[in-house]
Amino acid sequence: MGWLDFLDWIIFLTLLAVGYFAGRAAEARHYASIRKREQELAKVLAFATKYPPAAHLPQHTRLVAGSVVVGSDYFKQFVAGLRTLLGGRMKSYETLLDRARREAVLRMKEEARRHGYRLIVNVKVESTNITGGNRGGLPAVEAFAYGTALKPPAADGSQRAV
Amino acid sequence: MSNPFDEKSAGLTISNLEVLPGKRVKTHLGVVQGSTVRAKHAGKDILAGLKNIVGGELKGYTELLQEARDEATERMVQQAKSVGANAILNVRYTTTSITMGAAEILAYGTAVILE
Repeated sequence: MGWLDFLDWIIFLTLLAVGYFAGRAAEARHYASIRKREQELAKVLAFATKYPPAAHLPQHTRLVAGSVVVGSDYFKQFVAGLRTLLGGRMKSYETLLDRARREAVLRMKEEARRHGYRLIVNVKVESTNITGGNRGGLPAVEAFAYGTALKPPAADGSQRAV
Repeated sequence: MSNPFDEKSAGLTISNLEVLPGKRVKTHLGVVQGSTVRAKHAGKDILAGLKNIVGGELKGYTELLQEARDEATERMVQQAKSVGANAILNVRYTTTSITMGAAEILAYGTAVILE
């Protein structure tokens, strides 16, 4: 009995340690990648405004979207569990959502660039909690970004570029 | 399945703008929608459970939701075509988690005939 209790603790602490170190490393890597790609994609402009500049000119349009599901790690879950007792900012989940949203926007921009677009208007970002598993655990969040990409028709050289 | 986001393969423009620059709406045909409910594969769920120890992207889920969204869009496009539209404007997406392990994706917009 006492030995089994001990085993439980070992498993718990191992998961916690794995979650802490692997989770931190993964998060640092993800943020590094996000920052790098945000710079690369800085030329693809994304606006939340409804109306495109030069709204009277006919343009090519395409709906572009990007999405990602990011799961939290064991350590974050544990810390968040403690947080719900005390209230206040849940910093560990704030970064999770931040990563998911920025990644979704980046993927949307990547899709726009792949098809030769440099401007996206009416960008909407939404996020949904995707809970899996049977114990109601496994917090994972989906971020989804979409918008309308615009480019002037290539044939007509007289139109100014957006 | 043709790519519903592609004007050429879908044969119809979709946009989340209310007004397309330089185009005029000739006829409004009302709301069209497409939806799908998807469940997760148990195997993927177990993998995701393991991934949840270390955190990071759950690729299986990302793909699942993306496929679901493509299908909802495709259904919306089919409906718009059946009423004779050549564009869908003001397209919106919503995602609802119905039960644990299943999600509904809804796409809707206004079907119109552009000049």
